[in-house]
Amino acid sequence: MHCQTGSWGSYVPTTRTTVGDPLERIERLASENAVVIFSISSCCMCHAIKRLFCGMGVNPTVYELDQDPRGKDMEKALMRLLGSSPAVPVVFIGGKLVGTMDRVMASHINGTLVPLLKQAGALWL
Amino acid sequence: MQSFKAAATTNPDMFCHSSFFLRGDDCNSRNQTRFPDLGELDHPAAAFHHDDAFDLSPSSIFSLKSNNVGVVANTLHYGALNTSIGATAIVSSGTGCLDTGQFMYQKGATFGASLGNGHIENWADSGLADNSQQTDTSTDVDTDHKNQLHGVQLGAVMVDSVDQSKSKSGDQKTLRRLAQNREAARKSRLRKKVYVQQLESSRLRLTELEQELQRARQQGIFIASGLSGDHGHTVAGNAALAFDMEYGRWLDEHQRLINDLRSAVNSHMGDNELCILVGGVMAHYDEVFRLKSIGAKADVFHMLSGMWKTPAERCFMWLGGFRSSELLKILGNHLEPLTDQQLMGICNLQQSSQQAEDALSQGMEALQQSLVDTLSSASLGPSASGNVADYMGQMAIAMGKLATLENFLHQADLLSQQTLQQMHRILTTRQAARALLVFSDYTSRLRALSSLWLARPRN
Repeated sequence: MHCQTGSWGSYVPTTRTTVGDPLERIERLASENAVVIFSISSCCMCHAIKRLFCGMGVNPTVYELDQDPRGKDMEKALMRLLGSSPAVPVVFIGGKLVGTMDRVMASHINGTLVPLLKQAGALWL
Repeated sequence: MQSFKAAATTNPDMFCHSSFFLRGDDCNSRNQTRFPDLGELDHPAAAFHHDDAFDLSPSSIFSLKSNNVGVVANTLHYGALNTSIGATAIVSSGTGCLDTGQFMYQKGATFGASLGNGHIENWADSGLADNSQQTDTSTDVDTDHKNQLHGVQLGAVMVDSVDQSKSKSGDQKTLRRLAQNREAARKSRLRKKVYVQQLESSRLRLTELEQELQRARQQGIFIASGLSGDHGHTVAGNAALAFDMEYGRWLDEHQRLINDLRSAVNSHMGDNELCILVGGVMAHYDEVFRLKSIGAKADVFHMLSGMWKTPAERCFMWLGGFRSSELLKILGNHLEPLTDQQLMGICNLQQSSQQAEDALSQGMEALQQSLVDTLSSASLGPSASGNVADYMGQMAIAMGKLATLENFLHQADLLSQQTLQQMHRILTTRQAARALLVFSDYTSRLRALSSLWLARPRN
């Protein structure tokens, strides 16, 4: 049976424990939902970015890396991907990397975020 | 108007120090000891008498001068003095004062050496520059005056030298009076010039001091706020000071750019040139965000405190800066007319900046709450044990959370910067110029409000 992996939920505990490239895992997780956020539960900036999407009427899928057994590896992989620290929060929309807080905010201000969200099916007018 | 006769008979010491005022200064106390002791005059009539009343009008030509004291008089009549003091027997108006403000004593040629210690009060104290000048002394010792009457003719003060031919002395009096009037007027002009020069330099000095004071006050406030939090942490204090000074300079430059922009808009400058000016202001805004970023890295609490802003600005401060959505609301009707597309763009911009601001605010709240949780999670109160490891652990976590403050400030500034840039993109050059002027005027008013508030009279 195909079970819904809570797209509308907030915190999805990953059940798969297959050893694999963390980056691959990230990309796979990112493509499963329209809006995917990698976060750390104690991080306040992550909290802010969650509030931003919720405020826009979007329900993002959030993966708390500190609650994931392989979170540490994924965090390192994200750091390499982004080329900077901190690794979180990081946002994927429609499976594509958007970036961290400043990139997300910049795209929201210059008006490119909303069309992207609509394109990914996360927002309806 | 006094009668010298009366004075002569009652007061052998013909000191007239009490009579003469310079600019209202009371010379009574000063001159008392300085006048030659005429007590040695043994002639009671070593005084003056005249038939005419004194005319103590402003045109009187007594002039009191420094140490070169002499009586400027039309004629000084000396009778033979029984003493060696060829002193200036000055007419005393008794208890009255010649308060014309233009009195100087001037040593006459005839007094010369005989007035050794008889120097009159040095009026240089009152700031006269021309004390060393001497008016023409018309101290003619009238040797014709055989009787021991000393007559001093004070310009319009007519002292009749008794038996002289009045017509002749009348002409002389007139001439001398005119000369002395001219002299007094010249001196008065010179004094005035000096006075004005002093005023000018004082004014310049005052402006300098005011500027210094303002700078010092700003620095003082910043030093105070810097020291209150982290004692002995001069690094942070220096960073705060450095930012404040840079920011002060930025403000001055900003004002200059805005003034240029304003005159350009008012003079209906062409779009091409206006565009350059607008671009200049925008680039200058980028500069302040850069400065703030450096400041936040060095002393985030100083930036958050807003002590580098004026009080009213501080009141409306948000995360160390301004709310972009508020800025757009202020612009409101000033941007009209807008095309439909522009209107939509501005509305969307306002909405998205509002959403971003709210998100950051909630993040900050979460940060504060998280700090509270961390600091209170270790045992507090009387039951607090000496569990140092626990305490240190919590402190380390708290430190980590504090480190994210800088990130929040950075995001807030980025938000403001991007909102400004997006606004610039949506609007035409002229509209953008107007928008920048409106925003700048608004902050200027806030700053003026702060000044007014600080200067308000308190009861």
